[in-house]
Formats: sequence, structure tokens, C-alpha cells
Amino acid sequence: MELLAWSPPGWGATLVAGLGNTILIALGAYALGLAIGVAGAFGKLYGGLITKDLLAVYTTLVRAVPELVLLLLITFAAKDAINSVLTANGFDPINFSGVAAGIIVLGVVQGAYSTEVLRGAILSVPAGQIEAARAMGMSPSLLARRITLPLMASAAVPGLANLWLTVTKDTALLAVIGFIELTKATSLAAGTTKSFLTFYLAAGVMYLALSLVSVFIFARIEKWARRGQRNATGGAM
Amino acid sequence: MGTARATQCHRGGNVTAFLQPRRIVLIAIGLALVLWCALSLNWTWLPDYLHLIPLAIWRTIWLTVVTMALGMMLAIPLGLAQAVGPAYLSIPARVYCSIIRGTPLLLQLWLLYYGLGSVFAQFPEIRQSVLWPILRQAWPYAVLALTLSVAGYEGEVMRGAFKGVPNGQLEAARAMGMPRFTIFWRIWLPQAVRRALPTIGGETVLQLKSTPLVATITVVDIYSLAKRVTQDTFIVYEPLLLLALVYMAIAGLIVLLFRWLELRVPSRVA
Amino acid sequence: MKKTLLALGALMLLGTAAAAEPLKIGIAAEPYPPFASPDAAGNWVGWEVDFINAVCKAGEMECVITPVAWEGIIPSLSGGQIDAIIASMSITAERMKTIDFSDKYYNTPTVIVASKGSGMTPDAAGMAGKIIGVQVSTIHEAYAQAHFPDAAEIKTYQTTDEGFQDLAAGRIDASQADSIAIDAFLGSDAGMACCEAIGAVADDAAILGAGVGIGLRKGEDELKAKFNAAIAKVLADGTYDAISKPYFASSIYGG
Repeated sequence: MELLAWSPPGWGATLVAGLGNTILIALGAYALGLAIGVAGAFGKLYGGLITKDLLAVYTTLVRAVPELVLLLLITFAAKDAINSVLTANGFDPINFSGVAAGIIVLGVVQGAYSTEVLRGAILSVPAGQIEAARAMGMSPSLLARRITLPLMASAAVPGLANLWLTVTKDTALLAVIGFIELTKATSLAAGTTKSFLTFYLAAGVMYLALSLVSVFIFARIEKWARRGQRNATGGAM
Repeated sequence: MGTARATQCHRGGNVTAFLQPRRIVLIAIGLALVLWCALSLNWTWLPDYLHLIPLAIWRTIWLTVVTMALGMMLAIPLGLAQAVGPAYLSIPARVYCSIIRGTPLLLQLWLLYYGLGSVFAQFPEIRQSVLWPILRQAWPYAVLALTLSVAGYEGEVMRGAFKGVPNGQLEAARAMGMPRFTIFWRIWLPQAVRRALPTIGGETVLQLKSTPLVATITVVDIYSLAKRVTQDTFIVYEPLLLLALVYMAIAGLIVLLFRWLELRVPSRVA
Repeated sequence: MKKTLLALGALMLLGTAAAAEPLKIGIAAEPYPPFASPDAAGNWVGWEVDFINAVCKAGEMECVITPVAWEGIIPSLSGGQIDAIIASMSITAERMKTIDFSDKYYNTPTVIVASKGSGMTPDAAGMAGKIIGVQVSTIHEAYAQAHFPDAAEIKTYQTTDEGFQDLAAGRIDASQADSIAIDAFLGSDAGMACCEAIGAVADDAAILGAGVGIGLRKGEDELKAKFNAAIAKVLADGTYDAISKPYFASSIYGG
């Protein structure tokens, strides 16, 4: 047990630092994924025909290819592509930090799934409300801000909660490319001390704690998003 | 009559409706891209590894199918326990599903393989047991970890499916005096599976995408082979692109299979 | 114009320009005692880490130790994420096709370790029908695949330690690795209890290479000269022996 202590020779601090990295990347990737998802959902619903097809290609590709393969492809290819564009134009190549690369990769993957969740949520907004708003002369941005987004939020929250849980676990894949998040930190600790069971169980507990806290927070968010709506039996929420 | 004909027209016209001019252009661009990749990228490594590819692809498909099947068999009692079970069954099921869904699959894999491995190191007597030839290899741990993972996720799906079967059907069966197991086998389970079929199709694709992780515990699937090509030849992109293509093809097959299954399964709602 | 500047600014926030920066020395992100392994505080320690510090000091270069996954370390070098590889990487003809190497800084024999009393010999006949473990993407993997065609299976692990772990657990019959890594394993409790070294493998200079060197991108002759000069200085002025003393009984520079 003393292996898990906070200060050396305990590895507790390293594991918690790994957990911090995990949460940091998950937050960044989730935010990027949401941004891509909003753009993608609006594009799929209201965009031109070619936009719709291209977005369909994007979501299908991302959902058909394993995250690990996408991780490797984007890590090497995207870096090379961006750097070759930069050097061709006379700029110095940029070195992406590990955190940035992880966020971009996982964000792109999350974006495809977010697009579908948000698209489904927007479709679930009752058409009558939007028609009424348009009839009253609301501008599209006011309509989006006052009507669509609040109503869509309550339908989107369960799907978005799942996506958050997915991204926190997908950060573990970054261990395979050597980035020091919680799973890699655990593997390092276990490999150095040979106490595999201890560390993997400790990491499992930490991930579980993260997921339980996330579920609790999202339950509160869903309650807030559903405020004022009636539940299935007609009573107040 | 009229509806049947409309359906037929719809089915026949589906393909031509899809191939509008802009789509044909996009498909042509896609094919041109594939052709360019095939001709101008570095495929010199392919002949050396061609004989290893079919076995590796078979391993990937085999892992997906077997773990999905075994996992579903576990998921059905888990879902049932959560849907109706007494507390002493539903609470452990709930806890199990939460644990599986709350921790990364990679961690579960490593915990099973290396965690148990360290136990074996401490107890050399295990090597004498009759199970040793199985415990020795890596693929049983891969199958076990993936199966437990499928059971955890599908347990949730089956819970919703079991709860979603209309109560009237079960009540009618009970009123007719059907024994409990017959109700389950003839009415509840088939209807629940029917409801869950689209989700299970999606989950199968997700399971396919989880199989690359077994490469970290020395099971040689197609991802492991692609990594080996990169390590031997230092060529990075071409093996990965071929790998992506293989996974897309398998995912496409799975989607088609489930679409066909959904068509075959009668889902007439009165 | 504004948008490009904005985008460029955002990119700058994510990374930093490559020039005018300390040298990024890539080490393997997997523990490889006694050369480089993390301690409980997360710092990397070991003979190779001390060597990196000594060489950078002798060459008056500012170095930053950057752990990278061993499997992707050469593509990381080619892609510019690191500037040099100091990770016990052997100088082989195969690797020389893609990257360049400095002069060697150590050379130790390749040894096979097996369960106690197994009676195996470190050659093709002894390995026939056995399961061998090696680290992925190493000279040991290449050697085993070339020289032990009759082996039942050649299992590849992310780290040498995982292979040793499976050897102690009885999942594999033998493991081929560097003699120093094997000595470190045999010195541990698990290693002492389970296994013994059964001897060095027959040399194959083409696969096993000519010692361990610093990996560099092709064409970086100035950096290569700097490193070679620094290595020579470290060897000449006794720093090499001073670093090796706490870890090894005799010099590992080799022939």
C-alpha cells in the first residue's frame, strides 16, 4: 500500500499528475468535439447538398476506423501536413506538444459523434415552436439562441454525457503513443515496481471515481436543462 | 396493395435516387484518390507480408464475432436482472456494468493479463495444473477482457430492451397460463432482441474498433501486423492507410449484415 | 490576412517554433533499468540519463529529456518532434537507411535468459519449439525472427520488462535482450527465483549492429560532429567511468 503513498517512494503523486493530464486532455478534446459537432450538426441540417455529403463522409469514416488507427494517422500525418505547409511558405515548423496533439486527435473523433448527437437533438425540437418564432419575425441567430439551443439542450444532454465518459476513457489510448496520462503513468509505475495488480487496481478506482463524479454532474446538468418541462406523466420535472 | 407497391418502388428507386450528379462527382473524386494512393505511395513492402495478412484479418474478425456472441450471452442475464430482478441480483449487475463502463478497456486488458501474470509468477504450482496451456497464451485473456467489456455495455442496452417490451404481451401470456421460462423464451427475449438489434449492430462496430488494443498483450491481429511492418521498414503511412481500409471494409460488412438481419426479422406493430 | 494571423497565433499557442530551442533528446517512454527508468516522483533516472547530462554538458548544449513511445521513436525523430535519440538504440544497417548515428557509446553482448534448469542452448536448435519473448522494434526481435525459425512463437512486448514478467510467470520459455538489462532482471527477487542466463547468442553484426549510438536525422552533420566530440570528451576525461561506477562493475564501452 505504501507504493501508493503521496511522496516518494510512493507513486501517488505521479498517478494523480497522470489523472490531471487525463482530465485536461479530456476537457480540451470534449470542447473541440462540441465545437466541431455544433458546426457539423448545423451543416448537416441546414447546409448545402455538398456540405451534407462531405459531413456524411467525415462522420462515417471516423465511426468506421478504430480510434487507435486514427490516433496514429492524425498524429503523424496531420503534424507532417501542417509542418510541410508551413515550411513551404517559409515559416518554421511547429512542434506540437503532446497535450495539443492528443486534444486535436480526440477532438476530431469526438466531433463526428457530437455531430450525430446534436443533429438528433435539434431534430427533436418541436417544429411548431420554430415556425411560431419565424412567424413572429425572429432573426435566425435570435431563434437559435432563444429557442433552438435551450430546447435542444435537454435532448442532447444524455448523449453528450455518454460522449464525455467516452472521451475520458479514450485518453487511455494515448498511452500507446507514449503520452503520460493516467494509464501510461500506471504502466510505468507497475513496470518499475513489478506490482502490477496494485497499480492497475488503483488506476481503475481513479477512473471509476472520475466517471461517478461525471455521472453525478451530468445528472444535475440534465435536471437544469429540463427545468420547466413536463415529464412523461404530465407532472412538473 | 398500394402500400406494397409503393414500398417496392421505393426500394428499387433507392439506388438511382442516391446517385445524383453531385454524388457521382464525389464518388469519382474518391476513386481517383484511392487510385492515386495505390499508384504513387510506397507499397513495396506488401509482397513480403502478404502471406501474414489473411490470418491477421481472420483473427480480428474472429475476436469481434466470438466476444460479441459470448458477451451477449452474458448481457442477457445481466439486463434481465437489472430490469426485473430482486435487489440481490440487480444491484450486483448494476455495479458490474458501472465498473466496466467506468474504466478504460486498455486498463481492463492490462489488469487481466499482467495482473494475473504477476500472480502466476508468485505461485509456480499453477504451471502443473491442467489449465496451464490455456492460461499460458495471450488470446484467452483478450477474449475474456473483451467479453466482459461487451457484457457490461450490452447489459445496459438489454436492460432498456427488456423494459421496453410492452407489458400487455407479458400479461396476456401469463393470463394464458404460460410457464415463466416459456414466456421468457418465446415472448420476452425475442422481442427484446428485436428492439435492441439496431443498437447491437452499432455496438458490434464499436467492438471491432476495440480489437486493436489486444496488440498490447501480444495477440497478433491486423493492427499488430501493420505496426510490425512500420517497425521493420520504417514506412509509417501506407500500412496505416491499408489498415484503415481493412477496418472500413469489415465495418461495412457488419453494417450490411445487421441491415439484412433487421429486414428478415418481422417487426409488425399492430 | 487577419484570419491567417489569428490561426497562426492559435497554432503558436499550441506549440512553439522549432528554432532557438533546447535540444529535445528522445528517450523511450518505457522503463529500461538500469539505463533509464522513472522514479516515484516521475523523474527519469539511470545510467543513460546521467550519460545524456554528461554529454550535453561536455558539448555545451542545452538538452531537454523527452520521453517518446519506443515504437514511434524513429518516426518522431524524422518528424521533428525530437532532435536526437539516446535510448540504447543499436547502430544497424537497417536503421541507417532511415536515420544517422553518432559514434557508439556502449556495446554489450546479447544474451538469452530462460527458466532455471531448462537446459536450453542459445542457438537455433535450442530455441526450436520454444516460445521466445523480445521487445518490439529491437535488434532482438529482428535477430530472433532471422535466426530462430523453428521457435514455436516469437512474442513481442512493448517493453523488455513485460517480457521478463511473462518469463517469470511461465508464459514464455526464454527472452532475448541486452546482457545488462538481463543482469538487472536476474538481480531482482523475481528474476533470482525463476530464471538464469543461458549464454550469449552467436554474433550477427548485420542485425545486432556495432554498438549503441545516438540517433540523428540524416543530414545533420553539424549536430553529429558536436555529439561525437562530446562523446569523445566524456570518454577521455574520466566522466564516462565516473558515471558507470555506481551501476556497473566494469566498463560497458565494449570493443
